[in-house]
Amino acid sequence: MLVWTFWISFLGSAAVALLPSHWKSEVRWLALLFAALGLALGLWGWGAYDVEVGGYQLGNGEGVPWIPELGVRFRLGADGFSLPLVILTGVIGVTGVLYSWNIEERVNQFFALYLLLLGGVYGVFLSVDLFLLVVFYEIAIVPKYFLIAIWGSTRKEYGAMKLVLYSFAGGALVLLGLAGIAFAADPAARSFDLERLAATNFSSGFQAWAFPAFFLGFGILAGLWPFHTWAPTGHVAAPTAASMLLAGVVMKLGSYGCLRVAIGLFPGALGATVLGVPGFWRWTITVLAAMNILYGAMVALVQRDFKFVIGYSSVSHMGFVLLGLVTLNLWGLSGALLQMFSHGIVAGLLFAVVGRLVYDRTHTRELDELGGLGRAAPFTASVFIIGGLASMGLPGMSGFFAELLVLIGSWKAFAWVLIPVGIGMIVTVVYTLRTIHLAFFGAAPLVGGDWRGLPPITLPEKAASCFLAAILFLVGLYPTVLLSMMDRASQQFLDRVKQTVPVHLARP
Amino acid sequence: MGHAFLLLLPLTAFAVGGLFLRRRHALAATVSTASALASAAWATWLAWAKADPAAGAVWLDAGGFTVVFRLEWDALARLMAAVVTWVGAAIHVYSWGYMRGDPGTGRFFAFLSLFMFSMLGIVLAGNLVMMYVFWELVGLSSYLLIGFWHERASAADAGKKAFIVNKLGDFGFLLGILVVWTVLGTVDFLDLQAAAPTFRDRLAASPLGFLPLGAVALLLFCGAVGKSAQFPLHVWLPDAMEGPTPVSALIHAATMVAAGVYMLCRLFFLFALSPVALEAIAWTGGLTALLAALWTVAQDDIKRVLAYSTLSQLGYMVMAVGLASPHAAMFHLSTHAAFKALLFLGAGSVIVALHHEQDLWRMGGLWNRMRWTSVAFLVGMLALCGVPFFAGAASKDGILLVALRENRALFALGAFTALLTSLYMGRLFVAAFLGAPRGEAAARATENGWVMKGPLAVLALFSFAFAWRGGWAHDCLATLVGAPMEHAPAVVHAFFILIPLCGLLGAWALYREKPTDALGQLFPGLRRALASKFLFDEFYLWLVRGVQERFAAFLRGVDQWGVDGLGVRGVSLAAFCLGNVLRCFHSGSLQFYGFLLGLATAALLIFGVLR
Repeated sequence: MLVWTFWISFLGSAAVALLPSHWKSEVRWLALLFAALGLALGLWGWGAYDVEVGGYQLGNGEGVPWIPELGVRFRLGADGFSLPLVILTGVIGVTGVLYSWNIEERVNQFFALYLLLLGGVYGVFLSVDLFLLVVFYEIAIVPKYFLIAIWGSTRKEYGAMKLVLYSFAGGALVLLGLAGIAFAADPAARSFDLERLAATNFSSGFQAWAFPAFFLGFGILAGLWPFHTWAPTGHVAAPTAASMLLAGVVMKLGSYGCLRVAIGLFPGALGATVLGVPGFWRWTITVLAAMNILYGAMVALVQRDFKFVIGYSSVSHMGFVLLGLVTLNLWGLSGALLQMFSHGIVAGLLFAVVGRLVYDRTHTRELDELGGLGRAAPFTASVFIIGGLASMGLPGMSGFFAELLVLIGSWKAFAWVLIPVGIGMIVTVVYTLRTIHLAFFGAAPLVGGDWRGLPPITLPEKAASCFLAAILFLVGLYPTVLLSMMDRASQQFLDRVKQTVPVHLARP
Repeated sequence: MGHAFLLLLPLTAFAVGGLFLRRRHALAATVSTASALASAAWATWLAWAKADPAAGAVWLDAGGFTVVFRLEWDALARLMAAVVTWVGAAIHVYSWGYMRGDPGTGRFFAFLSLFMFSMLGIVLAGNLVMMYVFWELVGLSSYLLIGFWHERASAADAGKKAFIVNKLGDFGFLLGILVVWTVLGTVDFLDLQAAAPTFRDRLAASPLGFLPLGAVALLLFCGAVGKSAQFPLHVWLPDAMEGPTPVSALIHAATMVAAGVYMLCRLFFLFALSPVALEAIAWTGGLTALLAALWTVAQDDIKRVLAYSTLSQLGYMVMAVGLASPHAAMFHLSTHAAFKALLFLGAGSVIVALHHEQDLWRMGGLWNRMRWTSVAFLVGMLALCGVPFFAGAASKDGILLVALRENRALFALGAFTALLTSLYMGRLFVAAFLGAPRGEAAARATENGWVMKGPLAVLALFSFAFAWRGGWAHDCLATLVGAPMEHAPAVVHAFFILIPLCGLLGAWALYREKPTDALGQLFPGLRRALASKFLFDEFYLWLVRGVQERFAAFLRGVDQWGVDGLGVRGVSLAAFCLGNVLRCFHSGSLQFYGFLLGLATAALLIFGVLR
């Protein structure tokens, strides 16, 4: 059943593309229907997944042979890592359609590409075969370009090109690793099945170069410093729904790949001695992740463009995910997974506010030209403040337990990193408050008058905003709703990984 | 049973008010006030019945990091809950009068309920993580209420400052919680208390063995430094006076700022393990008390006088904890909540009557025009100064007695601060209420309605009630510590009576009938020095402007020119150049192709021959 998520999205993409472009409202409703079906399937999967058993479930069992010559199988399934992300994709998918209700130009193409991207993302999360995963990954790249280049703003061609080049560069590295796996294995028993690969004990020499290829390849998409600059530029250039998907879901593709493939298949590389440094890659990634957090926050602090602030804040928040992944303990992993979900929702909400509720109405994103919006648009201000508070990890919102668990995990693994991370968290508070104050508080600047006559917030926008905010509170107040399956998956993952990683690294 | 209602009542009021009643001001105020009164009544009943709360439910469980949602209802929580709910209820009622006609009244009451919810959460929290959660939420509601009039830039900035400074302290607190959890494996207060005696050994044996015990205690103390505005994080509290006066009274005088002290008392069994940490805490408190009292003497804004005085009193409480006497701290916390709220509400009453005039030197003569407020304010002032038979005397003298026994230097410091306290309060009273009116508004001021007078009366009553020796307050204390207040020789008591007397008489002599600050006329240099608040704000501003923002700008430069410029554009430029170079070989000219062919053949031949 769950595998239908991407079939439905592809189907929807085709159906929407076939409708005439002037049937605007039909196109929108159809897109909403298909996106909602995807979400419904994801939620059904959440209910049907058996947490006690764990492992891959709800897929097509052992799958069917797809390219037998290479040992590629069409195998799908979901576990505690991917299921929350499938739900996240569904949520962002639906709300993205709602926030795109105002798109008038080439509506059918927009939603066709949008659903195609959605399908590709679902596919990545559901693939149990590495080859299949990479195929879906590449499928997801193409629509991004057109979405940005056609419907975007602010240097859209540049942003689109940059983003796609980065994605392909990452994809190339992943392909390199994939080829390596193919050659490393015995040709008779060649397989890309993730479960089987995970059970394979690759030689440490192979791991030492395959791990960086995969981690970097996927890490680029996760905004790993210093390969992050596509993210702010791309997010800013993208239309609202696309920036929601990019920051909310596509960046998670990267971190998901880092976890599932790079760390999942080559955990030994984390502890390996490279250049005479034991645990070289683990240290490097920790430093880079801390850099993400602190650097992203610092740069967000001095941005003038509202959307760039959110873009860099995404870079900063993805640092928590990457940091959590390399802690290799239960808290760090579960925290990273929760942070992926949480940041997906938060980034979706914030980009929606900036792109749709603010920019489309005020026609400026310069923080100096905004100001005083709180009085003119109280709903917008409230939603942004809720999102901002969640972004700074306030208790009661989803970000709190996620960041807390990552902090605990990194505290256990490498306590010193809490210093830059702590500074980063405080800077996060500073830039979030700065943005809130510049955009919504104080007096309205002369340019905007008193913002009277802004178009009112429409019903789809209200519904989508309330939906996203409700999820923030739900996960914040009762994190167990997702954590139980994340914990289970992390536990199984660690049990397996610990056999290959030196004990001192995986200390509880 | 039913302790959760204490949290649910204000939470419901917040949710209903925030979602549905933002434009229905009267209804929002009714709902919020009703919830505050109901929780006050309910807390009193629960305290009376000494009902035990229900067992907790697991809230979060990840790999041994278990957080149980458990409510605590021991004597400490009972006392604090009574203080918070009753002062809160009085201030809710008062706010009806103060906020009348404000277009944001609905929002105001919703936020007030959010605050009550978070504050009661801190009081009832059964473990460190719950306390931290509500700790942050209190910070949020304080931010929202300080910046309530967010169109005013100064208010919005003050809210931001408070939030960020608090966050600094909170991070230290969080680190402390992490250490405690790592070492003892639990965050629950009861388990922690049981395991506390082994803390030193287990810390030494853990991977964190390099941390001295005192450092762990001081990390936890960071939380109190932020929340209770202790030196050096005291800078946010005076600015917080930008919020509406009821907020100043409730949050920034009576309850939230006292949360730090409450936390110190709650975790006293941990702090008690380290004499060094206690010493540091005591001196931090003492220093805050002294510095704030010094600065108060040069303040001209009626609310700022009270704000700095709050700082100073919080310093006393923290000092008491540091002197290993949490019960004295809690006693002073309770009495201070009553009389400082009273003073703020009195000030608020004056401010409303004077149409938001806050400058002391434009008031005067209010004793004749606003008798009710004046009497209430006088009661609060006498309580604060520690005049016998008023609440503050018993509690402040309690702290000074402890200091006399434990640490003579701190006693001297505390006694001098007490003298300053009487001096600046006398100055405030003389300037605002006595003499002739010095401003248009002061000359026409009239008393406010009952909705504002009533809470004043109730709080004034409380400012006496606590002083009854052997009365209810002492019962509370006895349950807290199992020990009665100490008895001091008569000469010490005489000294304690002398201090406020000297201060008040001195103020009367110095400031009587003066149109401006007499201190400034007599010693302009001294006044300037005190009014500068020793440049702490300027120093922090320099840190933000000079260091943080420059560093951020530098990093943006790195991002733009380094990573994106040199790195990304560099790569694309390299590809571009390479393409251009290769394009030369693709010129379409046959002669050039022939030349290249010849060159290649020659090269191959040469290589072949050489091999």
